[in-house]
Amino acid sequence: MLLTDDQKMLHETAASFLSDEGGPTKQLRHWRDSGCKDGFGHALWRQFGELGLTGIAVPESHGGLGLGVTEAALVLEEIGRNLTPSPFLTTALAAARAIAGSAHGDRWYPPILAGEAVLALAIDEDRRHAPEQTALTAERRGNGFALSGAKQFVVHGASADMVITATRTAGARGERHGITLFAVPKGARGLETENVTLADSSKAARLTFADVELDADAVVGEVDRGWDPLSRAIAAGRAGAAAELVGVAAGSSAMTLAYLRQRKQFGKAIGEFQALQHRAAHLHAEIEIARAAMLKAAQLIDSGDEQSELFTSVAKAKAAAVASLAVREGVQMHGGIGMTDEHDAGLFMKRAAVLGELFGNVYFHRARVAELSGY
Amino acid sequence: MTDLDSFRSDTRAGLEANCPPEMRQPMRSEDDACWGGRNWTFQSDAQRQWLEAMAERGWTVPDWPRDYGGGGLSADETRILKQEMARIGARQPLYSFGISMLGPALLKFGTEEQKRRFLPEIARGEIRWCQGYSEPGAGSDLAGLQTRAEDRGDHWLVNGQKVWTSYADKADWIFCLVRTSSQSKQGGISFLLFDMATPGVSTKPILLISGYSPFCETFFDDVAVPKDQIVGEVNKGWDVAKYLLGHEREMIAGMGLGSGGSLGAAMRPGDPLLRAEIAAFDVDALAFGAMSERFIAMWKAGEAHPASPSMMKYAGTELNKRRNELVMAAGGSDALEWESERTRGGQPARDWLRSKGNSIEGGTSEIQLNIAAKHILRLPGA
Repeated sequence: MLLTDDQKMLHETAASFLSDEGGPTKQLRHWRDSGCKDGFGHALWRQFGELGLTGIAVPESHGGLGLGVTEAALVLEEIGRNLTPSPFLTTALAAARAIAGSAHGDRWYPPILAGEAVLALAIDEDRRHAPEQTALTAERRGNGFALSGAKQFVVHGASADMVITATRTAGARGERHGITLFAVPKGARGLETENVTLADSSKAARLTFADVELDADAVVGEVDRGWDPLSRAIAAGRAGAAAELVGVAAGSSAMTLAYLRQRKQFGKAIGEFQALQHRAAHLHAEIEIARAAMLKAAQLIDSGDEQSELFTSVAKAKAAAVASLAVREGVQMHGGIGMTDEHDAGLFMKRAAVLGELFGNVYFHRARVAELSGY
Repeated sequence: MTDLDSFRSDTRAGLEANCPPEMRQPMRSEDDACWGGRNWTFQSDAQRQWLEAMAERGWTVPDWPRDYGGGGLSADETRILKQEMARIGARQPLYSFGISMLGPALLKFGTEEQKRRFLPEIARGEIRWCQGYSEPGAGSDLAGLQTRAEDRGDHWLVNGQKVWTSYADKADWIFCLVRTSSQSKQGGISFLLFDMATPGVSTKPILLISGYSPFCETFFDDVAVPKDQIVGEVNKGWDVAKYLLGHEREMIAGMGLGSGGSLGAAMRPGDPLLRAEIAAFDVDALAFGAMSERFIAMWKAGEAHPASPSMMKYAGTELNKRRNELVMAAGGSDALEWESERTRGGQPARDWLRSKGNSIEGGTSEIQLNIAAKHILRLPGA
């Protein structure tokens, strides 16, 4: 459960890069207030590439670092702490793992390494995450397939150069068999994209597929067996979102603690009041527990352990609940100033809400833990 | 084959040969634990054989030095031993405050003579220890304790009263905080060891809401204690006490957790709302289990914050109380039976009530939060 020296070094690199370049005011507020259609800066994404961070999950055979979810999680914790808008989670972690070992890797790894490509994942079809329920149809047509249906909550979907899309080629909703993944290029004919701004000012698309024709080589992995690459992407996405949530919680809590030391009422720092001290100490314990759960999940995924699915759900459920507590305490303990747009407390609250929903919310993952535990 | 691999195979063979089948069954209740000591009656030959076999190799305290009755194992070897014991479901051969609390304090603060005198008999389960900390007027404010030890030249003369002394009526010796100076609150406390058979020591069990009596009132009336039975310097006992409390909190934090597995799998709740609450609990318990693993690894590597046992104690005991509440909810009216065979004498209800003390003993949850606010978060005025 300890980090190696290499992992600690990577964590420090990411922390110093993101606190310099990725801070809430410098990136998030800038792109939000300038009305940017992508919600993040491409120059920063190229800097991720220059530092090698976009290649964390790219195999060494393709020029990447060939590292695991654990290393990506350390970067994501810093992204969360600084509220850095970037396509790291979807592109460099989840999508990079989905296309591992396929021809799509040859095509997309070079621009990912350079921090030029943005990839997205189209999984959800309803307001709730439920990947086994995939219904968007892909019919065989000629040498290829025709896709019809709709997707939502496709993070960075409108900015993406390629969207990995989960479809159904066989079986019934609820079955893992019969799901097929496709690499859908930007601007495919019949694909309609609505760019949606979310509460945290990040962008997620609603995609409508009206008979979108694709060649057979657009399939990622094997036909009907898309669950293999999809589950690799989803596991990494869940653990990665948990890591970012731990960062959001830690960043929010650090800001709150600073305020407790500085803000004076009744002639003393409000942090002297035991009513607030106990809540702050409770929150600290919860964040440490969430971080441990997240690291354990990432390490189990990396070692291919059979318990990884259980602990990934534990990590996502715990991190989302703890981040929610952290941001609620953040706004409350800041008082009126925490309600203003000028203050960052609200930015943490909004980000925690979006990440909490991404790849399954608290209730989804608690239910998974119950199912995987046999009750 | 690496050294660790061969250690594992030797250990596995040793445990297979020496652990009686009865000692591979899960404990049915706290009553199945072996505590040792001068007055201990073994519940079975198997319990005695298992303790003797483990003590023979120093494996009741695998990571203590061999000179003091330990196994002299490295951290990796200790971990392997625990894994191999868990593999066959072997019970812990000895439960002991000597091992979990006094031993670590003696290893750090004791003289060489004290270590050689007291540690081996702890390791072999020959002497059972109890802890004399709390007093009627000194609970959360422990340093306010009033039990006096007067310097009478060739001995200390101890007078006063302790309370919440775990198993004082069954213990052979006590490690006890006493006031040796009234000049300073924390700086007037010393750490004494003495035999509970010394004239002037008496105990009276306290009946708890659970119907159990694990704690006593302990009275000292002109108890003479030899001068060499002080640990650390005179008036420096608070340092020893604090160090030991860290170990106690670690121990309490782990109580009842990790061993139980999934609560939902054990309870099979039919009610969907209860199932949801139990699933939320299982998430928190598994996450806390991950934290415990990480905490232990960090503690051993010297990367943990010195006040982190307080955080673990707080989180672990609150979780255990929640677990017991849910066991009662899932058990319905069955779980309310107090004396029936079906409930093994009201086990669920008694455990539920006993668990309420977890967040009081060893420093209340509120005290742990104070410690975390002051030493970890460094909040002003904490």
